[in-house]
Amino acid sequence: MTDISPAARTAPASARRSFDVGSVRRDFPVLARTVHGKPLAYLDNGASSQSPDAVIAAVDDYARAHHANIHRGVHTLSQEATALYEGARDRLVGFINAASRHEIVLLRGATEAVNLVAQSHARPLLVPGDEILITHLEHHANIVPWQIVCAQTGAKLVVAPIDARGDVHAEAVEALMGPRTRILACAHVSNALGTVLPVARLMAAARARGIVTLIDGAQAVAHLPVDVRALGCDFYVFSGHKMFAPTGIGVLYGREALLERMPPWQGGGDMILSVEFENTTYNSLPYKFEAGTPNIPGTIGLGAAVEYLGSLDLAAAHAHEDALLRHAQAALTAIPGLRLIGTAPRKLGLVSFVVDGVHPHDLGTILDQDGIAIRTGHHCAMPVMDFFKVPATARASFAFYNTFEEIDRLAASVERARRMFTHGPG
Amino acid sequence: MMDLKDLYRDVILDHNRNPRNFGPLPAASASADGFNPLCGDRLKLHLRLVDDRIEDIRFEGQGCAISTASASLMTESVKGRTRAEALTVFERVHHLLTDDAAEAGDELGKLAALSGVREFPARVKCASLCWHTLVAALKDDAAPAPPAVSTE
Ligand SMILES: Cc1ncc(COP(=O)(O)O)c(C=O)c1O
Repeated sequence: MTDISPAARTAPASARRSFDVGSVRRDFPVLARTVHGKPLAYLDNGASSQSPDAVIAAVDDYARAHHANIHRGVHTLSQEATALYEGARDRLVGFINAASRHEIVLLRGATEAVNLVAQSHARPLLVPGDEILITHLEHHANIVPWQIVCAQTGAKLVVAPIDARGDVHAEAVEALMGPRTRILACAHVSNALGTVLPVARLMAAARARGIVTLIDGAQAVAHLPVDVRALGCDFYVFSGHKMFAPTGIGVLYGREALLERMPPWQGGGDMILSVEFENTTYNSLPYKFEAGTPNIPGTIGLGAAVEYLGSLDLAAAHAHEDALLRHAQAALTAIPGLRLIGTAPRKLGLVSFVVDGVHPHDLGTILDQDGIAIRTGHHCAMPVMDFFKVPATARASFAFYNTFEEIDRLAASVERARRMFTHGPG
Repeated sequence: MMDLKDLYRDVILDHNRNPRNFGPLPAASASADGFNPLCGDRLKLHLRLVDDRIEDIRFEGQGCAISTASASLMTESVKGRTRAEALTVFERVHHLLTDDAAEAGDELGKLAALSGVREFPARVKCASLCWHTLVAALKDDAAPAPPAVSTE
């Protein structure tokens, strides 16, 4: 195909540039804007990250020059759209080191992926008394789909504990792997606490016991290299919008042997080979799980995000994020009455905190007036909030485009809010 | 341009720090729960109605400054009023919080301090939670077992 725009082509590895936060920031147009007259400090990457020009351009180019439905037209545009869409899938194979493109199912996001596994893998398999093991720090997206399938099948949800620092101990999870445990579903990185879970060890322990595993990688993929085969998980799910791609697109990685055995989740076009009223033959992987016209621009954007990440020195980018995290923890803990929520020894990407006398919601409003975007609330992890006995936290979550200066502004603004609420206005 | 000082007026900060009528009310004749799932705020409102008049009112729970101050100001303003009068205050406050053209008239008294909230649309629910809970509690006295109020 010669008509595909440069934005959609793979950059050679030699084009990789050394990491410089100033130059990386120029790739993200939104970072140049102001909010309430102040430069935007975007520290809500855990909720959704911003897109670089390369992603915006790929989506734009598709809409301007290549849009058509995929997998069904002999005309040029349909073939181009199909090539762009499937090209993105191929990039995703490399991104997480899947064994083949049959293992990359394109869905709406991490949430939809967990639901698919719960309904298509777990539901036909579970019988009353079976157990699904999760941890106490999961996002609601990795709790509720399992509760639903438990209600449907009579299986039981078992919750592995976290400790006072918000850490998950592999031994504590392993102790709960019993003869009836069928599935282990856990986060790779906690969105509420930043805890990195000991996933490699957990996967090995589960595999040794014949337990099927799912990792919720929504908070991991933007921050650390993911190799699903090295991890040894059966399923790995993530969302594009937390890794610099558009919303509404995400990935279910599944080991081919497992996906092969699972019935389709939704029926419709594209997921079939032939339909007769007596009998329908399902399409092969991954199309069996992609009923209907998919999110083509989102997928192309996700492919462009993977390509963009591939153009960076990711090891240096991740080291920068780690330095940001340390700096943030030091700057914030210097504030009187501030308590970090989540102090596990292995953390990445974010700081959750509460301040005596200042409700997180008020903090969010005050910081916004200073141009600083953070998330406040329960972070779709109410069991974590209950555990730490707080109704909500404030959370600053980072991407490699954030700066030390932005974190200093965060700390200064938090201190200003604290003064306002504890000493009156001024 | 929105101004933080307009949202966090001295009255609001004061009622947040020292909420009035805060705590349980053992002799309550009606109660209702309010919940704001967006921020996790929870509120419990207790009333003692005698002959259709709010003899006493207290609230419990945890919330942001806006929701705490709003609840505190509300208890002050409706204590001693009849059910119908309290509902009129509710209507006025609701209008104040949601209608850009609404003026904070004298009849609102200290409640006028809530007028800054409407410049911050994400926070209107914080201010209105207790008021919706009040309406539910007033209904509770008429017909028991109301559902919990949610701002979502
Ligand atoms: C750990 C975790 N899992 C799952 C999700 C759900 O992702 P999405 O809403 O994109 O499906 C999120 C998003 O907040 C998350 O942080």
